[in-house]
Parts: sequence; C-alpha cells; structure tokens
Amino acid sequence: MYRLILITRYLLKRRITHFAIAAVALCVFTVVVVMTVMIGLVGGFKEKNHAFVGDCVVGTESLVGFPYYEEFMTLVEHSGLVQGVSPVVKSYALYGTEITDNYDNVEIVGVDPVRHSQVTNFAQTLDFNGHQPQKAFVPTYDANLPGCILGINRVSRPDPRGQYVHYDAPFRASVTLMCFPLNAMGALVGAGTNPTVTKRFYYSDDIHTGIAAVDFGYVFLPLDQAQLLCMSGQEKRINALYLKFRPNVGLQEGCRQIAELWRQFQADKAGAPNSFLLEGVNVQSWKEYRRAVVAPMEHEQLMLSMMFTLVGITTVFIVFVVFYMVVNSKKKDIGVLKSVGASNTGVLSLFQGFAFGVGLVGSCVGIFFGWLFLTRINQIEQFCYKHFGIQLWDRTVYVIGAIPNQVDPSALAVIMSCAILACLIGALVPSYLAVRLRPVETLHAGRM
Amino acid sequence: MSESPVILKAQNVHKSYRMGATRVVVLKGVDLLVREGEFVAIVGASGSGKSTLLHILGGLDRPDKGLVQFQGRDVNRMSARELNRYRNETVGFVFQFYHLLDELSVRENVVLPAMISRSITGWLMMRRRARQRGEELLEQLGLRERARHKPYQLSGGERQRVAIGRALMNQPELLLADEPTGNLDSTTGSGILNVFDQLNQAGQTIVLVTHDERVARRAQRIVTLVDGRVKG
Ligand SMILES: Nc1ncnc2c1ncn2[C@@H]1O[C@H](COP(=O)(O)OP(=O)(O)OP(=O)(O)O)[C@@H](O)[C@H]1O
Ligand SMILES: [Mg+2]
Repeated sequence: MYRLILITRYLLKRRITHFAIAAVALCVFTVVVVMTVMIGLVGGFKEKNHAFVGDCVVGTESLVGFPYYEEFMTLVEHSGLVQGVSPVVKSYALYGTEITDNYDNVEIVGVDPVRHSQVTNFAQTLDFNGHQPQKAFVPTYDANLPGCILGINRVSRPDPRGQYVHYDAPFRASVTLMCFPLNAMGALVGAGTNPTVTKRFYYSDDIHTGIAAVDFGYVFLPLDQAQLLCMSGQEKRINALYLKFRPNVGLQEGCRQIAELWRQFQADKAGAPNSFLLEGVNVQSWKEYRRAVVAPMEHEQLMLSMMFTLVGITTVFIVFVVFYMVVNSKKKDIGVLKSVGASNTGVLSLFQGFAFGVGLVGSCVGIFFGWLFLTRINQIEQFCYKHFGIQLWDRTVYVIGAIPNQVDPSALAVIMSCAILACLIGALVPSYLAVRLRPVETLHAGRM
Repeated sequence: MSESPVILKAQNVHKSYRMGATRVVVLKGVDLLVREGEFVAIVGASGSGKSTLLHILGGLDRPDKGLVQFQGRDVNRMSARELNRYRNETVGFVFQFYHLLDELSVRENVVLPAMISRSITGWLMMRRRARQRGEELLEQLGLRERARHKPYQLSGGERQRVAIGRALMNQPELLLADEPTGNLDSTTGSGILNVFDQLNQAGQTIVLVTHDERVARRAQRIVTLVDGRVKG
C-alpha cells in the first residue's frame, strides 16, 4: 500500500519523473505516428495490388504466352472455387502520340473489361465508365474507333495535393502502338521483312489505381486487339489468367486447388500442339505474383522497425539515467523504509512499479498526442504546403491521396507494452542498487 | 524491588569498518543488558561507536562478532523476513535527523510502518484500526493540527515528534533513539525528552544515545562507551 502511495507521489511531485514521462511520451509519439503512416502506406499499397490482380494468378513470365486457356477457364468456372476469371495479355509496345515524334516504351495489358471487372477493381478505377465497363473501350466521340484505356498520368497531371483534374468525357486523342508479335516458338512473326505491327488507338477512358507504374505508364487494350498486336499463331494465347475466389474459399486453399487443377489440365494436354508452352505456367497467389512490387515496401517497413529498436534503446537509457538519479536522491527514503521493515522485494517493486507508472503514463500521453496529431496530419500537411510550400510526400511522385492515419489498436498495444518494458528494463539496475542499499549507509548521521 | 526480565542482551559485540586499506575498529566487545521498562542512556564521545551499537541492536546492521539477543532470540540469526518483522514491529527507531519521507503527510509518515508490513488487501482490512492508532499518536504528540502538513512545513521539534509517532506506530517493545535532541534547541529538546519520560512511565523500554550529559541524566541508567567497550 505504501508503494502505491509513494509511486503516485513520486509520479506527481518529482520534476525529474516528469522529464522521464515526457521522454517516453516523445518516443511513443514518434513511433505511433511513423508506424501508423507506414502501416497505412504498406497496407494500402498491398490492398491496391490485391485489388489490381484478384486473388490468384495462373500465368507465365514469357511474352509468348500459353494456349488452350479457354478450356482451362471453363474447367475453373465449373470447379465452384471462383466467382470470376479474366484472361490477360501482358506485353510491351512502343508508344507514340500525336504531339511528339518520340516513341516511348509502355506496358500494354489486354483484357475483357467485363470479365476483368468481375475479378479486379478494374471498373472502379476507371474514370468514365465505372458503371458500364463494357463501354470502356468505346470512345464517346466516335463509337466506331478502336478505344484504349490510358494510365491517368498520360492524360492529366496531379495537382500538389495529388488530385487529378476531372473531365466530363474523354477528349479526342489517339496514340500509336508499335508491337513485335511473336509466334509460338518465340520468334518474331515478320522476321526478315517487317517485324512490327503498328496500330492507332483512341483514348476512350483512363485508369487510376494508385499503383504508380500503372497510373504513369500502362495502356489497356481489348483482349483480342492485344492478341493481334503481340502474338500470332493458330491458337489464341494469353499471358495470365486472373482469378477471384468465392468468399468462402481461403486464399491458400484456393490456390492449392487451382494448382492441382492446372497440373491435371497440363497432363491432359500433353501431346497437343504447342503444349510445351503450358510448362512455363505457374499458379500463384496475388501476394506471390506481386512480390517483386510489394517486397521493397515491406523491406522498408522492416528497416523502420529496426530504427524503432534504437528508439526503444534510447528510452531504456533515458529511464536508466532518470532512475539512477531518483534512487540517488532517494537514498534516505530507501534507508527509512528499510529501517521500518520494508523488504527487498518491497523496495524492488516500489521502483519497478514506479517505472511501470512512468511507462504507462508516458505511453498514454504519447499515444494521445500521436492520435491527435494523426487525426490532423492531413490538415497540418496542407497548412504547411499552403504557407511554407513544404509537403511530406510530393504528390507528383507518390501516388497517394491523403496521408494514411488509421490508428491500428493492436499496434498501439504493442507499442505501449514495449514502452513499459523499456521503462522496466531501464529501471532494473537502479532498482537493484536500491535493493542493495544498506540502511545504515544512508541513515548514519555522520554521513549526511 | 524485583528485577524485571531482560529484554535485550548484547554480548561481546565487535564491529569494525574498512576504510580503504585500514580498518577502523569501532566496537571491541560491548556487553549490555536492558530490562523491560528500563530507560537506558548510552553516552560516549563523538566517534565512540554509539550509533553503530544502536544500529546493531535495532537490526539495521550486523556485528562482526558477538551476540545480540532480543527476548532470547538471536537477532543475527534471523532470516531476512524475520529481520524485516523485527524492524517493523519489535523496535522503533528515532533518528537525530528525523528521516521523514518528504512526499508523505505527517499522518502518512506516522502510519507508514503499519502500511509497510501489509499487502493492499491486508491494509484495507485493518485500515480503520491503523488510522485510529495514528490519530491517537498525533493527539498524544500534539500534532493533530499538523496531520495534513508535509514534513518541510514543520519545525525541528515537530518533525522529531512525527518521527517518534512513526516509531511507536506498531507498539514496539523497544524504542531506540539516536541523539533525538541533537538537532534541537534545549527547550524543544527537553519537550522531546518529556515525551520519552511519559512513554517510559507508561512502561515503554527505551534505549537512548547521546553525548550530552544533561540529556543522559533523564534516564534511569547511564552506560558509557569508551574505547569500544562499556566502562565500569
Ligand atoms: N559505514 C561506515 N564506514 C566506515 N566507517 C564508519 C562507518 N560507520 C561508522 N564509521 C566509523 O565508526 C566510528 C563510530 O561511528 P559512530 O557513528 O557509531 O559514532 P558515534 O559515537 O555515534 O559518534 P557521534 O556522536 O558523532 O554520532 C566513527 O569513527 C565512524 O567514522
Ligand atoms: Mg552517532
């Protein structure tokens, strides 16, 4: 009981413990703010990538692609596992505009817009035809022209807040795509004469996914057009099938079953023409498929966590110094407590409880101010931009709208426990010194 | 007058301190008997080891050699837990410099020994009795008006009375006082000594350390420490 009273008095009355609490609060504040933003950025980025490809991808790295996909689509659709399948052609082309003579290389993606919208968030990311994806490749200004969907950055520039100018309808503009179609053997189709196919497409919509590479560069074409540009041969080919599982199908389990289905299919197709192309096909979850894109961000998060270990060590050290000073200034009290019968564990728990209190109060204060700061972070950033021209994330570079500020309660719990633990560790040595103190050393009148 | 039973017995107590390379021998075989209800004053020159002896008697320090018995129990052989109990319940200590806890009020300082030996639940169960005992002591020591004050708001004499209250809180069998008036002017000091007189009249056993002959004369018996031994 005396401990509880003394702890609260020490916490309230001693200036030095206020410093310790402030230091802990500051560390917690930093970690909460940075962690929340980072978790938000990484989580948001992952979510965007998930939404962009669906749950599972049956695909090949090769630009040649693989045939017989329609048969496999039927198989998959009958398996009861999926609620959507979308065949995708992925390749590269040279890209020219009416304005400049320069060609630029782009990634082109051929999709069936209706199917693709069943699997991914394709429709939601379209600027004009979100509610009618079947019209996405039909230019409003001339329905007979072949349409294309451009990454939003090709038709508009974000303002410093990351907002794009929105038009009522796509304006009339065309792009020229030059491709090098490959046959099933991976050779250029027109070798010797003219290996390229060039075709003009008209801007019918633009896409805004929040994934920089897509928004800055991609060109989406109708599936058949993409197949014409990129591949030739007897049978139609694609590079990937994007699948969306039914809600009751788990990601791992679904992928496993699709992989099994694919093995079966590949075995059945053995001996069919060009069936060797099926060998290069992998079944991957969206996480595996987009790993190359997501991994660097996860790595950054890991680096950041390691930086936070340093913050933790700093906290331990600060608490150590403060408690060392407290114990030294409280030697007399310790002696008094022992002289009236306080046990060693009593003294130990007094200082550890004190440290716990510092950690608890400090992390609560830090979390409170962190939360307060996060709820205002976007206003603060806008204010800074307006008055000082400072922006945390340059929106012309980062494809984020607002800074994420969704506080994760489980992360808060972890941060709080770590802060308290840091305080307990920091106070360990000083507490031990207090325990070791012999009452006569501190009470001896001659030694005052 | 029949002799009352021995409450405290010290036999051949030795104590030395190491000061760097040299050893300072302070006690060289002290013998002492204190009977129940006695008021004993230990006198001696400064540095003669009075405080050291008192600390050993109160279980705050251990002798290098020799025996300290309280009611037949060997204080040096006590376990840590028994020793804490001894300090908490059996003896009460009053120091020259009061040694009150600055963060606690007068009332809390007095009640402290009752809180120390108990868990929160234990304390809650006997809180009323302890509070009552605390109020009695404050009343008896003339500190009732001061109960809510902090030690720094009190005069030296008042602080020493708070310290006495704390020492008496658990109704110890033995009260040990180390120069309780050493820091006070003679009027205030004699007020404190009156308190000791009253306590002794009510049956309290007291061992008091002083280097002041006038203070010592207030006791029933004077023991003189010379050269690490009891004279005479
Ligand atoms: N912890 C210690 N370490 C070293 N020497 C000590 C220690 N405690 C006491 N001494 C020495 O022991 C001797 C006796 O000290 P003690 O305080 O018992 O004397 P005292 O009789 O109480 O003196 P005073 O009247 O000044 O209070 C002194 O010389 C002192 O320096
Ligand atoms: Mg002394």
